[in-house]
Amino acid sequence: MADKYAWPAENERAYIGKRISRVDGPFKVSGRAKYTYDYNPKGLLYGAVLRSPYPKARIVSIDTSAAEKMPGVKSVHIVQKDPTGKPVTIQFAGDDVVAVAAQTEDQAEDALRAIKIQWEVLPHFVQDEKEPSGPLQGPTVMSQDDLVGALSNQMPQGQLIQQLKTNGVSFKVDDEFIKQMKQFNIPQPIIDAVQQAPYHPEAQNQPQSPYKEVRNETKGDPDSGFKSADVTHEGLYGSTVITHCCMEAHGVVAEWPDPDHLLVHISTQSVSSMPGQIAGGLKAQGVNIDAANIRVEQQNVGGGFGSKFSADRWGVYVPMLSKKAGGAPVKVMLERDAELEVAGARPSHYARVKIAATRDGKITAWDANGWGTGGPGGGAAPPLPYVFDVPNQRNRYISVSTNTGPSRAWRAPQHPQAAVITMGALEDLAAKLNMNPVEFFRKNIEYVTEARRQIYLDELDIADKMMNFSSRWHPRGQGGSGMMRQGLGLSIHTWGGRGHNSNCDFTIHPDGSVDIKMGTQDLGTGTRTAILIVAADTLGIPMEQINLHIGDSSYPTSGGSGGSTTIGGVSSSTRRGAVDARDALFAKVAPALGSTPDKLVARNGKIFVEGDESKALTWKQACAKIGPMPITVQGKNPGPENLTNSGVGGVQMADVSVDTETGIVKVNKMVAVQDCGLVIDLKTAESQVLGALVMGVSYALFEEKIYDPSTGVMLNDNMEFYRLAGLGDIPEMQVHMMTGKGYDERGVIGLAEPPTVSPGAAISNAVANAIGVRVPYLPITPDRVLQALESEEKGARA
Amino acid sequence: MAKRDDEIKQIPGEESGNGLSRRSFLKIGGLAAAVPVVTGPKIIQVGGEQVEVHGPHAAPITLMVNGKRQTLNVEPRVTLLDALREDLDVTGPKRVCDRGECGACTVLIDGKAVYSCSTLAIDAQGKEIVTIEGLMAGATQLSPVQEAYVQHDASQCGFCTSGFVTATTAFLRDHPNPTHEEMVRNLGGNFCRCGTYGGIREVVQAHAGGKRAATEAAGAVAVKGGF
Ligand code: FES
Ligand code: FES
Repeated sequence: MADKYAWPAENERAYIGKRISRVDGPFKVSGRAKYTYDYNPKGLLYGAVLRSPYPKARIVSIDTSAAEKMPGVKSVHIVQKDPTGKPVTIQFAGDDVVAVAAQTEDQAEDALRAIKIQWEVLPHFVQDEKEPSGPLQGPTVMSQDDLVGALSNQMPQGQLIQQLKTNGVSFKVDDEFIKQMKQFNIPQPIIDAVQQAPYHPEAQNQPQSPYKEVRNETKGDPDSGFKSADVTHEGLYGSTVITHCCMEAHGVVAEWPDPDHLLVHISTQSVSSMPGQIAGGLKAQGVNIDAANIRVEQQNVGGGFGSKFSADRWGVYVPMLSKKAGGAPVKVMLERDAELEVAGARPSHYARVKIAATRDGKITAWDANGWGTGGPGGGAAPPLPYVFDVPNQRNRYISVSTNTGPSRAWRAPQHPQAAVITMGALEDLAAKLNMNPVEFFRKNIEYVTEARRQIYLDELDIADKMMNFSSRWHPRGQGGSGMMRQGLGLSIHTWGGRGHNSNCDFTIHPDGSVDIKMGTQDLGTGTRTAILIVAADTLGIPMEQINLHIGDSSYPTSGGSGGSTTIGGVSSSTRRGAVDARDALFAKVAPALGSTPDKLVARNGKIFVEGDESKALTWKQACAKIGPMPITVQGKNPGPENLTNSGVGGVQMADVSVDTETGIVKVNKMVAVQDCGLVIDLKTAESQVLGALVMGVSYALFEEKIYDPSTGVMLNDNMEFYRLAGLGDIPEMQVHMMTGKGYDERGVIGLAEPPTVSPGAAISNAVANAIGVRVPYLPITPDRVLQALESEEKGARA
Repeated sequence: MAKRDDEIKQIPGEESGNGLSRRSFLKIGGLAAAVPVVTGPKIIQVGGEQVEVHGPHAAPITLMVNGKRQTLNVEPRVTLLDALREDLDVTGPKRVCDRGECGACTVLIDGKAVYSCSTLAIDAQGKEIVTIEGLMAGATQLSPVQEAYVQHDASQCGFCTSGFVTATTAFLRDHPNPTHEEMVRNLGGNFCRCGTYGGIREVVQAHAGGKRAATEAAGAVAVKGGF
């Protein structure tokens, strides 16, 4: 049957595309929704973690004997156990060193104070804002320390083997070393790679540098592109490291009901992948358990934003603590300071950009020298130039290794930073041409991928009207003459968002009840609601009639919730499961209706013959014909017919006021126009975009992970000085979702990332438009605004 | 911080810094422990005056939570938040910053919104404590404010929501015609990472001018099943 699974046409949808309140709303507003943090099983032990006070230090010895004897202490686990017997080197302050479980949280904390560690403090480096100068790192030949570091920092096996193969080692690998690795259960492929690694003794004296070139590419002919231009602009742009600051910290409750089975509650974005990850981590600790014997549960998660895909160190040491305590449940939820230090970081990206155009506003060349940090491992280059693939470009990027908490995916990884750099440079160039940026963006729309050109043009039009942008726009520096200046800014963005792999069990019972089981999770994005909407519209029954079970690794696997892949994945697997289950039901009831299954329709709580509603059975009557065994089918994505798609656009505009005396920026209004294919729930979709705007105001104006260069520790590891935007900081916000013809037939595309990309860039551009000068780095704090104004004045005087 | 060990004999017996020996503490603690029906703190005579002695060990206290009298054993340093969450399994109030910076732990004490992470459990004795769980209009019926939070989709991950709903309830009760400035001042101590402020603003605006348009259908949304 052709198009058997296709999304129902607009007139056949009772729920899809409407404004539906989230189904778990009542539980959340009444405090009844349970999170990992809230799980308090009987006999619970409380964990506490000793963290490194130093950004870089070697652990010479750890003595836990006194701690083990403290009152209430039930188990102690050394997290930083070096797999080869050599001292471990800590790479960032706050890293987990020793974990303790005791009967009370206070006892566990008391025990930490009794642990004796001998440290050898090493020189650290936390500076990422300064443009790199000095020697670059050569290919990393691994020293014994590097190898130990890589193993204890859980560097992915493939990456480690590749690095050993291509770059080699600087130390002699002897039999003793191999024996030690075997004793510590290092996977055989890694041991093989170490044995076969080329030996480069000369590398022992290699100069160490935090800087490593990770991109150096030229496209077209930048030199002649700049020569042929009428106007050239050079500027500095960037965003500092920020953190995820999930309201529910990362954390785990683990218990062994018997020595062969492990039950884990963990705050995660990826329920289905947890058993495998945890089993792998435990294996490295010498504990063998099949992933199949690990059950992971999580009903609700208090935010993830990209930071909760990994089982993390605590996903391994909490089960270890529990095992050592005879299997009793042990809970470790990160304290807020640790959460901010180690459990979430968005890499910084800075760039010095040169960009040029002809007098009529056609971009002719681009040259970017970028750098940034993602923590000890450096970081990858952002996608520059962003969205506009301009002709004649040169892109160079230096990754900076710092002794700071390692980066994690942060809502639309790399895109917000790339937008700040690219949209900033474009807006600065437009200003030099005295051109309204909307017009300038339109002029260069041919550099945008053809598939989305029209989408951007339509969205620019709508946003322009919602903001009255073009009618209110003024050239730079004409935003008023008093101390308050007003300005407008613009940014555009893109994201993929194709649905991930997803499976569900879809069951219709003879009594008419329906249940769905899926190993997915709802991050507050409305996943539960979307699944029920799709199921209800397919079966033609109310959402309330369907029972949904998610958040359990024993249900059919479904992908992690990241990269805006969930909605496409879960809605497609649900649709296929629901269609197959419904068709199986049609086959059972067709004889009773004197018809054939292909002629039946399920709508309004009835099954009837198409075109003759008098030949009908109620849902209950129909299900009674199923017989004693319920209908169960499996819904899958991917599967027959493409129900999900990839590649969205999106336009945002900001209106700001800047107080030039205090440097305080106030966002007055933000407008977001967003496409995401077929919208399942308009209400939660709009909430996603609104939430992204709020998050955008927050990272544009307030958020920054501040490290003290001399001690190398994070200075603002609390919510007073790591300040999120509050109610009083929020502008008027308008959201327009692109729906209907041209959009619905694309299928379902994810939405969480794209609207998070542009706010920072749009606000930065609005500030530049208001005060006539670019504030180079986000967050646009008062001191940065005043500094920019001052340097502008100095420049004018000179 | 629950499940405190009140086994007094486990406390090591060195001298404490304030002139009073551990042994004396043990005695006081021992007295309390020897009389299990005691529901208040031990009273001792100091310089002819009667003084309440709390701790350092767990001692029984009584809290009035959501209309129910609850007796529990806590050390004096235990916060109301931890006592609620871990001793009484009242997990609606959340622990996020644990130091008065985020509002996720907001509860009502004698009708006033307070950070329960910055209140000692022993100080909450004799007062009326209401948490998010106690704000329901009925066993399964949402209050108008809770209902408005659902209708305006003012909750995403929900981790800040308990605190926000509780603070909003107190705020709207005291400010039937709230202005924007009042809202910012009264709810500005609560933070949300998912960015639900747009919906929260609508909840408050729906109440402005005495209109309760958004909450008219109170009771239409019931809590059933379990998430
Ligand atoms: S947990 Fe109490 S204010 Fe943050
Ligand atoms: S709803 Fe997630 S923190 Fe507010």
